[in-house]
Amino acid sequence: MRRKTGTSPGTAADWPGAIHRALKSHRVSQVSYVPDAGHKRLIELCHADKSMKTVPLTTEEEGIGLAAGAWLGGERAALLMQSSGVGNCGNALTLASNCGFPLLMIVTMRGEWGEFNPWQIPMGQATPDALRLGGVRTLRLARAEDALETTVAAAKLAFEGYGAVAVLIAQRLIGTKSFGETP
Amino acid sequence: MSGAKLDRREVVRALLERRGDLLVVAGLGSSAWDCTAAGDHPLTFPLWGAMGSACTIGLGLALAQPRRRVLVVTGDGEMLMGLGSLATVAAQRPGNLAIVVLDNERYGETGMQRTHTAYGTDLAAVALACGFGKAEIVRGTAQLAGVRSGIHRGKGPLFYQVKIGSDPVPLVLPPRDGALLKHRFRAALLGSKAAEA
Repeated sequence: MRRKTGTSPGTAADWPGAIHRALKSHRVSQVSYVPDAGHKRLIELCHADKSMKTVPLTTEEEGIGLAAGAWLGGERAALLMQSSGVGNCGNALTLASNCGFPLLMIVTMRGEWGEFNPWQIPMGQATPDALRLGGVRTLRLARAEDALETTVAAAKLAFEGYGAVAVLIAQRLIGTKSFGETP
Repeated sequence: MSGAKLDRREVVRALLERRGDLLVVAGLGSSAWDCTAAGDHPLTFPLWGAMGSACTIGLGLALAQPRRRVLVVTGDGEMLMGLGSLATVAAQRPGNLAIVVLDNERYGETGMQRTHTAYGTDLAAVALACGFGKAEIVRGTAQLAGVRSGIHRGKGPLFYQVKIGSDPVPLVLPPRDGALLKHRFRAALLGSKAAEA
């Protein structure tokens, strides 16, 4: 039985490292985020990467504007968030729909697998449909070993297909937050 | 009363004349119409929606083009919807970015309802508190030369809250097609590279 392996570098379970490599290989040079525990390592990797301008946001829709501005200026951007932030993005998605700005969102899921906080469940459950209604294509990432391929596929859809794409990282993959409770 | 205040069209015309290679993002509504009235330009990206996004679009552009000067022109209502973006901009300290807020203390497109600046919110003080090196309130034409100088040569991020009148002005609309606006901006800025992803 596979135990929760964490995200130590250089192992197959280092899915944040794989996402980081995929972003680099697709020349993503602006990474914005509202933090999530599930994104902790990826955020650290991006901050440590001199080829990336890593931008903390106060709310997720700022990252959609940032990505549009980056593209106007000839750069590629990615936006990291938790599923609870998807609901903050609604109206800003018109930038992707109307202008065809590429948008690559990497979303860690809450409220779908052993969620201990009921307040996370409504937005988490609504996330795939909310994105679809907003014109965002979704790719699900459920296994650590698929992180590189899935992120590369999403980057191609976004930057070569001029579309809005979200990678939804399964809560089961991240590990359920428990605030010290025994799972 | 409003006769004593700056005229929005004259302000924007003064700021955008002889603009050099300035890159401009115009917030939705009257600010975009003002920029168009000063001369529709491929290196102006006028917004027709995504209210609250003007500053972050300017930030993404400023980070992508550190050798170019970037100006965001927007209204008080649009700025208020993205108030947090002032903190996001300040945290990045983009030296090439200036933000001009045309503040008539009204939501101009929806019936001239009073915005929070009419109730006392001080946007320049918010920008300073967020970490902008400079944030000024502009009330007279004599200050506009300084604003121009800041936009073209000042150490950003810079914030100017320009108090304007609320007299109606004629509609002067930019193209509405977002894909066109994006393409022409990238073509003018990036040349043949605009066609590359």
